[in-house]
Amino acid sequence: MSGPNTSYDPVEVAALAPEAVDQAVADALAAIEAADSLDALKAARLAHAGERSPLALANREIGALPPSAKAEAGKRVGQARGRVNAALTARQAELEAERDERILVEEAMDLTAVPARRPLGRRHVLTVTAERMADAMVGMGWEIAEGPGVEAEWFNFDALNFDKDHPARQMQDTFFVDPADAGLVLRTHTSPVQARSLLERGVPLYVAVPGKTFRTDELDATHTPVFHQLEGLAVDEGLTMAHLKGTLDRLAEAMFGPGIVSRLRPAYFPFTEPSAEMDFRCFVCRGEDTGCRTCGGTGWIEWGGCGMVNHNVLRACGVDPERYQASPSGWAWSGPRCSATASPTCGS
Amino acid sequence: MRVPVDWLGEYVELPQDVTGEQIAAALVSVGLEEEGLHTSGVGGPLVVGRVLEKHPEPQKNGRTINWCQVDVADANGTGEPQGIVCGAHNFEVGDLVAVILPGGVLPTLQGPMTISARKTYGHVSAGMICSVRELGIGDDHEGIIVLPRLLGHEQVEQLGLTPGDDLVGVLGLDREVVEVNVTPDRGYCFSIRGIAREYSHATGAAYRDPADLPVDPATGDGYAVELRDEHRPHGEVPGCDRYVARVVRGLDLTRQTPEWMARRLTEAGMRPIGLAVDVTNYVMLALGQPLHAFDLATLDSPIVVRRARAGERLRTLDDVDRELDPEDLLITCGPDGERILALAGVMGGEDGEVTPGTTTDVLIESAHFDPRTVARTSRRHRLSSEAAKRFERGVDPAVAAAAAQLAVDLLVEHGGGTADPAITDRDERPTTGMAPIRMEVDLPTRYVGVDYPAARVVELLEAIGCDVRAEGEGMLTVVPPTWRPDLTDAPTLVEEVARIDGYDKIPSVVPRATGGRGLTHAQRSRRAVAAALAGSGLQEVLTYPFVGESRFEELALPADDPRRAALRLANPLSDEAPLMRTELLQTLPESLRRNVSRGSRDVALFEIDTVTLPDHAAKAPVPGVGARPDEETLATIRAAVPAQPWHVALMAAGQADRAGWWGSGRHVDVTDVAAWAHAVADTLGVPVRRRPADRAPFHPGRCVELTLADGTTVGWAGELHPKVVQRLGLPDRTAAAELDLEVLLRASDHRTQARPLSTHPTAASDVALVVPLSTRYGDVEESLRAGAGDLLEAIELFDVYVGDQVGPDQQSLAFRMHFRAPDRTLTTEEVNTARDAAVARATQDHGAAQR
Repeated sequence: MSGPNTSYDPVEVAALAPEAVDQAVADALAAIEAADSLDALKAARLAHAGERSPLALANREIGALPPSAKAEAGKRVGQARGRVNAALTARQAELEAERDERILVEEAMDLTAVPARRPLGRRHVLTVTAERMADAMVGMGWEIAEGPGVEAEWFNFDALNFDKDHPARQMQDTFFVDPADAGLVLRTHTSPVQARSLLERGVPLYVAVPGKTFRTDELDATHTPVFHQLEGLAVDEGLTMAHLKGTLDRLAEAMFGPGIVSRLRPAYFPFTEPSAEMDFRCFVCRGEDTGCRTCGGTGWIEWGGCGMVNHNVLRACGVDPERYQASPSGWAWSGPRCSATASPTCGS
Repeated sequence: MRVPVDWLGEYVELPQDVTGEQIAAALVSVGLEEEGLHTSGVGGPLVVGRVLEKHPEPQKNGRTINWCQVDVADANGTGEPQGIVCGAHNFEVGDLVAVILPGGVLPTLQGPMTISARKTYGHVSAGMICSVRELGIGDDHEGIIVLPRLLGHEQVEQLGLTPGDDLVGVLGLDREVVEVNVTPDRGYCFSIRGIAREYSHATGAAYRDPADLPVDPATGDGYAVELRDEHRPHGEVPGCDRYVARVVRGLDLTRQTPEWMARRLTEAGMRPIGLAVDVTNYVMLALGQPLHAFDLATLDSPIVVRRARAGERLRTLDDVDRELDPEDLLITCGPDGERILALAGVMGGEDGEVTPGTTTDVLIESAHFDPRTVARTSRRHRLSSEAAKRFERGVDPAVAAAAAQLAVDLLVEHGGGTADPAITDRDERPTTGMAPIRMEVDLPTRYVGVDYPAARVVELLEAIGCDVRAEGEGMLTVVPPTWRPDLTDAPTLVEEVARIDGYDKIPSVVPRATGGRGLTHAQRSRRAVAAALAGSGLQEVLTYPFVGESRFEELALPADDPRRAALRLANPLSDEAPLMRTELLQTLPESLRRNVSRGSRDVALFEIDTVTLPDHAAKAPVPGVGARPDEETLATIRAAVPAQPWHVALMAAGQADRAGWWGSGRHVDVTDVAAWAHAVADTLGVPVRRRPADRAPFHPGRCVELTLADGTTVGWAGELHPKVVQRLGLPDRTAAAELDLEVLLRASDHRTQARPLSTHPTAASDVALVVPLSTRYGDVEESLRAGAGDLLEAIELFDVYVGDQVGPDQQSLAFRMHFRAPDRTLTTEEVNTARDAAVARATQDHGAAQR
């Protein structure tokens, strides 16, 4: 069919003979007619209208004809190709219509069940919560500081004005590193990062500290030896407890939405003076349901302790409280306490 | 601290009909957190009844019940006798009894029980005749209450009790006890005196100081007491700076503690024991001054307060024989203080103990001890007591004489003795007042953000008992009251001003922070890694960091593996897990196993947290409070804290691609975890290399070490060793990885980099290379990459063939290489040249032959 034209006769080219062209057209139309799918039609198109189809090959021969014969041969082949292309287009339309009518229906799948092929993983609720809180603090212009879980006893207690003999130090249920005089503990709160931040960053300072903390509580429904805190420390000129309350209100709103405010109650912590317990308005009942199970009907949820930084903490961190006496020097807060769960299937 | 409301009402004026709840709310506002509210749980009608008829009726079950008619007058609304079935027999017709009528409520272990008329033993019993136990006022369940026996005939007569009278008040069942949490700075609130004062601050109610009573003055001839604290371990502070000793003679200590006192002690949480001890406890609860009563007859004069000597021992009243420490402060007697009577302020010993029936003369000790000394002794001997709790928080040194007086008065009144006129008061306080504090009068305003006028500041400080003097120039000199040792500097006074004025008055003002730099690179990176892994189908978990040595065995760590050198806790929660993990993979298996055992078959977990690597055993100095340590000490402290790098670990079992209605699934395998480990590095933009590794706990043939280009280890990924899987009880073929995030972070670029995108097409070229079976894919890939040059954009191994068409011990690796130039379309020649150079390099490095 193809191949080099060895018996070259410029006038009589077999492929351009009317019978040959008609035959090629007839073959093509038959194949097109016989094509029962779009794929089959594609094959027919390649065979009968492609670059190596008889008609395409015949077309190539035209160039070699003497000018007198070119016109007629060109017309003949052109008409033949036109008929084939028209048939292809028509059949294409037919088959597409059939596909739309039948095949797409046959191929239909029921996708109303969940295709749980590769379920998405999840972040832990505690880390996500810590990140949300950190974002709220960053939004207020604060930075996020971190510190070690295995911490020097001095940073965990003494730097924060927990005297060795102070009852508050005994109340902390501390994990000590062996040997007991190693001077190392598992931090009982995130507060040692306050001291580290003051020493390392200096003032003015606005840092929030999320992190894991440890106490020697056996795991039960309301206790866990490992829990999470978020801590805040601001040291700047002219800060007051009103600013502390304002920051807590803004944080509460960021976490729970408008209308969730904070409340301060007098309390005692060695590292603050004055000190306060901070509560947030219950985000479930908003203080309007005395039977609320989230807050126990009190309308408030305890979040932790706060207050103005104790002078002894400033002294331990090389900040002269007398210089800052003229302008109160800073405040700190810590909380909430959240428990960690070891299993992703029971996130609390 | 449990506060019986009626006791509180003796020291501060309470509004009529005040509830425990209202009192608790008032105390909360001044910083005493509510811990609980205790009530009898009994609700009326509970009335006096007179038994009119009592008909014993034997029952089939062998018991005999009494069918009674009881006169309760009009209390039942009819005036007719009430028919009640009663199982007790300790009463007669005519007795006055306690009757709870239908509608009344009794406390039970199952909760409140409402009484109703009900059918029992063939009668309708309309109520109950009560026992003390049913009312929760005693343990006796042998019989019902016969009022004259319970209250005494005199009191019944005095009260004029007749049928139908309400008994709720008479039996004290309307009493409430408010329990508050006392913070460590407010030792004075471990007394009704202190709580009453705080209630007065909260509400303005009139306060009457119970310590304000006529006190007999000290005489020169009282019982000899010597304060011999020579070596004062805590600076110049003496262990005891005041010791009041009072003697009461001729006591009958077998007499009952009066009912009202026993009840108050019970309500306050202390068990009545005997008159002498009950009186000392009562005074301690009332005034906050711990007392000790000694049997005078057993003492050798003088009483000596001294530190312990080496080798001395004491058996304390809790029956523990204790070796004493030279810092322990002791109460002793005898010329040389040779007989040890008590650990001062903590607990007494057997010697000198009061014995009811034998003891007739008592010496009352009312002393003031150094808080630090008591705290240390209490901690050293793990011996906590009501006395120690108060002394270590600070007791009012001025109240000692009044407390002793109150105890003497109560003993004389209820024990029938006489007070000795000779009174000892060794008062060696350097000054009887507290150290004055200077404070700028506007300091509270500047601290708190509330405008407190000068007069208001003075008023508030005087309200809490301070002596305030204005010094001009806006300066105040404030002398705190003796019961407030916690008031030591100006900020402590600021808290008092804010607290008494009310924290609820503090406004809310958002400060303008100086402006931060956002999250750090490390913080952002950890979030990105967590998001990438969660997005890949892994669940984030948090595990406890505690492990035991057995875990190292289970993980098959070699005996000399540095990962066994874990930090040890001195007081672990469990002896099974005393160590801090050195890898996250030591604690992650628990989570995987628990999830599988609870029904999750396909589990892929990850954890991002720190591990502890104690590479040295340095001790951290503890230089104490209130001063910045010098640079060297600070550096030593910091250096002693072990390295705690952040790691990420992951572990997976079950199907990676789940089977379901959509088709078949695919089991998770080592290539999944290797790909996830790569994803971590890719997330941080750090190129990593791979090399085969044999490392516990992994399968020796299915483990890859990821490294930086310079060879620094990033971590490992692999299938767990079958033995490890078996020992840990994990699913077969569990795979895992652990990477050191710190290494990746150091290698990563904190800047966000954008490279120009080429708009020209890529040209792909495939090569199949035959290399020995022992040649690593990664090594061939590296050679191709190195040989191909800069035009190579990407390369992937897309097929591996082993079989007849290559020689034995040979493999054919098919790589597809993608070439692209940023500025032009590559010509076929350029592509071929680069590809040939790549193949030449592979041939040179590995003897690779192109197929």
